[in-house]
Amino acid sequence: MQTALQFGPILVHLDLLLRGLEKTVQLAALSILFGTAIGVLGSVGRGFGPRFVSWLIAAYVELIRNTPLLIQLYFVFFSLPLFGFKLSSNTAAVVALSIHLGAYATEILRAGIEAIPEGQIEAAKSLGLSRYRIIRHVVLVPAARAVYPSLSAQFILQIMGTSIVGAIAAEELTAVANNLVMQTFRSFEVYIIIAIIYFVLVQAASLLFAGIGKLVFRWRV
Amino acid sequence: MSLRDFGPNELMFLLLATRWTILLALIAFAGGGLIGLVVAAIRVAPARPLRWLAAGYIQFFMGTPILIQLFMAYYGSSFLGYRPDPWAAAAVTFSLNGGAFFGEIFRGAIEAIPKGQWEAATALGFRFVRTLRLVIIPQAVRLMLPPTVGFMVQIVKTTSIASLIGLTELARAATQVNTVTFQPVLVFGTVSIIYFALCWPLSLYASYLERRFATGMTKKAETPLVMSAA
Repeated sequence: MQTALQFGPILVHLDLLLRGLEKTVQLAALSILFGTAIGVLGSVGRGFGPRFVSWLIAAYVELIRNTPLLIQLYFVFFSLPLFGFKLSSNTAAVVALSIHLGAYATEILRAGIEAIPEGQIEAAKSLGLSRYRIIRHVVLVPAARAVYPSLSAQFILQIMGTSIVGAIAAEELTAVANNLVMQTFRSFEVYIIIAIIYFVLVQAASLLFAGIGKLVFRWRV
Repeated sequence: MSLRDFGPNELMFLLLATRWTILLALIAFAGGGLIGLVVAAIRVAPARPLRWLAAGYIQFFMGTPILIQLFMAYYGSSFLGYRPDPWAAAAVTFSLNGGAFFGEIFRGAIEAIPKGQWEAATALGFRFVRTLRLVIIPQAVRLMLPPTVGFMVQIVKTTSIASLIGLTELARAATQVNTVTFQPVLVFGTVSIIYFALCWPLSLYASYLERRFATGMTKKAETPLVMSAA
């Protein structure tokens, strides 16, 4: 048994930790952005597209939600180069994470869309609104407002999910931690520090998402 | 330039590795369920310091990536002087992590039971544990069941990260087969199908339960949205 926890040898590498944190934030931000975009398109396609498209989107959602992110990550990282897409680890990570979140965002937004009363859409039609405006103003925005809490909870999970992309040698916080373990041999202390960093990041992100929600959806229903 | 092709032997290797995934998921489900019950009971207990303790536990396990928790258990055990063992680390981590999520699921269901039930039990002279066991939980079960089955899907998927501390379950078997065959589409496609075959029935069952119990429900249990970090 080692005598005491020693954080000193790790904290001298603060610059590495911060660079890892920056990469993690970058990965999370990009994948949340793309994933939400996929979710918006997916949920609209699911609700208003032709049956074939709707069915295809449903299959995508079920497939992603019932397989591990790690396998999706491996699939993207190892398979895409065979089809001529040369991806760096970080790009592959963003692609996999976006596809992953896209399925959950589609499902969450779809639930919101289904909760919109049919009468609202009929009223908008009778007012002569175009299909695009109905989908955007009458369906999508109220649906997004209704499911925003679930969506932001999913974003938080996405931030934590980025921790596994070190498995394909992307250089985020967890990968930095693994390198530090090899440099300092203080594995337990390294992961305690990393856990604290993630915890603070998650709390900060929760506040941020709550703030964004208040700002974007500030009017009352 | 692969060492060999993806054939029946490789498929068999993957299928055999699946039993470790299933075993790990069962351990996590049993351990997490038991811990979750205790955590939920403490979360609604009368003693305030106990409630804070349980809340802190949940905060930690829901607010940090499960992979980091797994590394902490794995390397923490060597810090304490034990030989790091992937199985022990995974069992402990998945149980504790599952306990936090199950704790929140159960608490949501318990809190959805009307206050009057607690008051009636108190009037009958029941203490806290007896009230919970004989009055509240029997009624809360049907609220707990759909999210519990739903979370089992997350558990199965999350076991894949045990591969990152060297436990040879399905995900690690997949990377091993991929290394020798280098047919990633085939290998990870097959593995995806295996995971899908494990998870999809559970997903369908969870949404069936949700629909079935949704009718006649006045108050919906507040449950955390759960997706594993893996």
